This record gives sequence, structure tokens and C-alpha cells, in this order.
Amino acid sequence: MATTMPGRQKATPNSLTTGQLPRWVPWAVLAGSWAAMSAIVGFTGIASGASEFNIALALFLGTVLYAILIFVISTLVEGRRKGKDRFVTALVVSAFVIALLPLVSLAFTVVVNGAARFDLTFFTNSMRNIVGEGGGALHAIVGTLEITGMAMLISVPVGLLTAIYLVEYGRGWLAKAITFLVDVMTGIPSIVAGLFAFALFALLTGDPGFRSGFGGAVALSLLMIPVVVRSSEEMLRIVPNELREASYALGVPKWATIVKVVIPTSIAGIATGVTLAIARVIGETAPLLVIAGFTPSLNYDLFEGRMMTLPVFAYTQYMNPGADIAAYTERAWTAALTLILIVMILNLIARLIAKFFAPKSGR
Amino acid sequence: MTATARTAPRIKSKARPADRVFSGATMAAGVIILVALAAVAIFLLAESAPALTGDLSNVKGSPDSFWAYVAPLAFGTVWAAFIALVLALPLSIGIALFISHYAPRRIAQVLGYIVDLLAAVPSVVFGLWGITVLAPAVVPLYNWLHDNLGWLPFFTGQVDQTGRTILTVAIVLAVMIIPIITSLTREVFLQTPKLHEEAALALGATRWEMIKMAVLPFGRPGIISAAMLGLGRALGETMVVAMLLSPAYVITFVLTSGQNPSTIAGNIALNFPEAHGIAVNALIGTGLVLFVITLIVNSLARWVVARRAAFSGAN
Repeated sequence: MATTMPGRQKATPNSLTTGQLPRWVPWAVLAGSWAAMSAIVGFTGIASGASEFNIALALFLGTVLYAILIFVISTLVEGRRKGKDRFVTALVVSAFVIALLPLVSLAFTVVVNGAARFDLTFFTNSMRNIVGEGGGALHAIVGTLEITGMAMLISVPVGLLTAIYLVEYGRGWLAKAITFLVDVMTGIPSIVAGLFAFALFALLTGDPGFRSGFGGAVALSLLMIPVVVRSSEEMLRIVPNELREASYALGVPKWATIVKVVIPTSIAGIATGVTLAIARVIGETAPLLVIAGFTPSLNYDLFEGRMMTLPVFAYTQYMNPGADIAAYTERAWTAALTLILIVMILNLIARLIAKFFAPKSGR
Repeated sequence: MTATARTAPRIKSKARPADRVFSGATMAAGVIILVALAAVAIFLLAESAPALTGDLSNVKGSPDSFWAYVAPLAFGTVWAAFIALVLALPLSIGIALFISHYAPRRIAQVLGYIVDLLAAVPSVVFGLWGITVLAPAVVPLYNWLHDNLGWLPFFTGQVDQTGRTILTVAIVLAVMIIPIITSLTREVFLQTPKLHEEAALALGATRWEMIKMAVLPFGRPGIISAAMLGLGRALGETMVVAMLLSPAYVITFVLTSGQNPSTIAGNIALNFPEAHGIAVNALIGTGLVLFVITLIVNSLARWVVARRAAFSGAN
């Protein structure tokens, strides 16, 4: 009986688990290395007179120690190949954790610093005649909404029609050229788009210091169109051909087939793509800094005069503060928080559209 | 037999005006894209032409010629983007592998979304974060690097105690391009033929050996092109450089000093609002150079992808 002979059971362990580390060993090694490094960092910190315990350094060194230890232990017990495998696992997992650090730190900083001025004044006042505390970003929010809306009005029809051309009509060299150039457009640096809009309007109007919200909308469209084309193209391509053929068989003309069958089937995907494209351009700073400029006052007119936008507001508040620096920095952070919230909400909307209005074709 | 040809003509669909209008509209939209891109090149050229030959002594740094003006900036652009890529690429491959092959299936997609969230953060927010949080935090690290690795050409000279150096910029740029490279490489890793992976595992390979033998060789062109696209994004990134860097018009490989080469995009953002006269033309000229650099990098990336698509069985 095994229960009466504990010594013998130890002599013949389960052959399937010989030469393998038990599951708890990596965790124990990890906790051990963190504890050891915390102790070392803590003592050297006290010895050198540091006031705070450097937890980041301790965790970092502890993780390095863990990677080395688990490699050595596993090599001794399980062999070299398994040891390498565990070492790489440690590396891959820490790579993921390292990537999360900036995200967490950034979210935390923005919320903490931005909450101070996240009040009604911020959303109902502009910066006109404000030199110290108070003031708000109403003019920037209006500008962002108008410019992004205009960019959407330009780029959604152009992008969607181009996607339809590429999927339904495009054959030969023109379609190939457009596909290639859309790829090229995806890579245009945002500031070059701003410079283009400036060069275009400066030459057309003959005004070397030209600034306007509409120029900003043109610059943003240049960045938005390729995103819209790419995503809509993908969505139109997954519409099953049977649907088109069924429509043709009923004698429906091609344009009506596209408008009444193909687009309704893929509308959820297209809406998702457009929302993500808006989320991408709404945070663009550089082109608007160049072409829309900045101003402390409300300006509703897209075609006349400088226009403030939320990202540019955050930038100028931080970079060109007045006498009361803290007030300006606070406004910059609140603008950043507002911007992040807008982008997150747009992303969420996109996911929800994709989830709830997905095409019903895939039975 | 001409008779049969006449009796059975090819049935032509009725040419409806609406059809013509609609297809014409879609084609016009496509042509607009062609025209827009050509216009970008033409207008940038037209606006930068005066600076290419003109006298730039009024421009900041009073360079001898346009090329003397753009050279340090172009160097800074490529250098910062290169360091960012060196930092981001191994991490991104690690993250992509974690999501595609290590994380539990159930939460892998959520983890992918979380990394994608990083891509959604506007660059101006990254700039604020970098200057307030990251720059002070990395100064001890730079001091340590200077004390212990000071013999390397990268860490010589006085350490900048504000942390606003090109290495800090490169770290933020790396954070910004990690989600781009990760999402592309993740897609490629997920496309690895399941049979290759299972064959490797069945032969007794460990997970790492399976990845080394099946996943990485399959994904190599994808990794290369993802890296190039990430590089293209890092080259054009503006706000982080404009907000974070303390710039100087120098060419240096030192990463931690207060004398940093600026980048084309950052330089434009800092100087454009106040520029007038020929300085505007000079800045637009540097923008054209940036456009050409990113165009080359992105076309190379597309070329690598296209070459792969031709040979792989996964398309």
C-alpha cells in the first residue's frame, strides 16, 4: 500500500513529471527575486540617504534576476532547451508589461492633472481677455468640431466613392495607381499635410500669412481619406458576390445594386471605419498648428480668420504660458483629458457599431 | 458565317444614364486622390522653390544654403526615428508573440485592444506626458549611463539635467510606434500555418523552438515591413519633438546631452507660427525633404509586403 510506504513512493515518482519543475516554482522564484532585490535596493537606498524607496528599480532588477534564475534552475532540472524556453517566456511577458507601463502612467497623469479644471467654466468660456486663472476651451472645442466635421464632409464621400470604384468598377492601370497612391497617402506625415494646405491656400489667395479653419479641414481630409478608403474597401470586398448576382438577376441596374444592396450590407463596417478615422484625425495637432493657427477668441467662421482647436489649445497653453504658469498648465492638462475622452468615446462607438450592426449575411 | 453573327448579337446591357453618372462619380473620386497627391508635390515644390536658391541669412541659425539648413534636421529626424525603432522593435515582437502565442486565448483579444489604445492617444498628450513625467524620471538613468558607459560616444559630455534629450524623445516615439508594429506583426504571426506549428510541437519542440522554427521565419517579411511602417510614423511625428526636445542645429550622436539635433517636423512646428518671408519657404522646403524621406521608407515597406504576397500561400 502506498500510504503505508511513503519512502517507497518517493523513490518512484510519477514518470510523467520527472525532470519537470512543479507549477509553483516560477512564481516562487519571481516572488523571491522581487523580495531579494527590494531588500538590496532598500538597504543601499538607506545607506546612501535616499528618502524614498525606489520601487521601480527594485521591480526591474528583480525581474532581471528572475529571468536569470529561472534559466539556471530550469537548465539544471529540465535541461538546456526547456531552460531557454522559460527564459524567452519571461522576456515576452515582461515586454508586454513594459508596454503597459506608459499607458497606465499616462492615463493616471492625465486624469490627475486634468481633473483640476474639468469644470463648467472650462466648457463655457473662451480665452478672450484671460491672462491668469479662469477661462476655458469653448473656442477650441467649437473649432475642433467644425474643422473635423468639415474634414468628414470632404473625406467620407471621396473616400467611400473611391472605395466603391476600386471594388466595383476599377480595372486596369487607374485602379492600380489609385491603390498605390492611397498606400502612399497613408504614410504622409501629418505636418506635411498641413504644409500642403498652407501652400495651396497661400498660392490661391496670394496671402503669405494665410490661416483658416477650412485649410485645416483640407489638411485633415488628406490624412483621413486613405483611412476611409482602406477600411471601406475591405468592408465592400467581404460583401458576398451572391448578393450582387441575385440583384442583377432581378434586373436591377448596377448603380442601384451598389446603393441598395452592397452598401446597406456593409454599412456597419463602413461606419466603424469612418469613426476610427475621425478618432485618428481629431487629435492631430501639427497640421492645425500650421494652417489653422491659434487665437484666444471664438471664431465660428471656417473660411475666415484663425481658428483654435483642442490639441493646439493644449499645446499653446503649455508652451506659451502667461504670468500665472500653473493656470495655463492646468488648462493644458484638462484639454488633454477632454481630448482623450473624445477619442476613447469615438473608439467605443466604433466597436459598438461593429458589434451591434454587423451584417446579417454570414449565416 | 455572318448570318449567325447577325442573328445572335451579343446582348448589351441597357446604358442607363444613372449608371453612367454613378460610375463617373466614383471614378472622379479616385481621380481626386491622384490629383491631390500630385498637388501636394507640386505646391510644396512651388512654395519651397525660393528657399532652394535664395539667401537664408535671416533664417534661424543663418545657414549658408538650404542644404546646410536641412542637413542637421534631416540627420536628427533619421537618428531619432532610428533609435525609436531600435527600442520599439524587440518590444513589439515580444508583445505580438505574447498576444498571439503566449496569452490565454480568452483574454488575448482584450490585450490586443489595450495595446491598440496606446495608438489612439493623441500625440500632444504624449508630449505633455513626456515632458512632465518621463523627462524627470529618466535623468537618474542618464546619469548612471554617463558615469558607467561614458566611454561610449553616445553618453559623453554633460548630462542634461532636465532630461529633455533626444533619447527621451526616442523613448516616447518608441511608445507611439509600438502599437503600430505590434498590431501588424501580430496579424502576421496569427497567419502562421497551424500545421507548421503543430508539426514542430509534435516533434518535441518547446514553445520557443516552435516559434523560432515556424512562426518567425514565416513572419520575417511581415516584421520587416511593420518596422518600416513604424519608422515612417516616427519620422513624421511632430508634437513630441516640438514639446520635449531642447534643440540645437548640430549633428551629434550623443544621446544624453543638452545639445540635440532637432527633427524636420519638430523644427517646423516650433518655427512656423512666427515665420515670415523666406523662412516660410525654407520650412516648407524641409517639409518636402521629410515627405521624400517618408515616401522612400514607406515604398520600401510596401515593396517588401508585395514581394511576400507574391510568394506566400497565405493570401
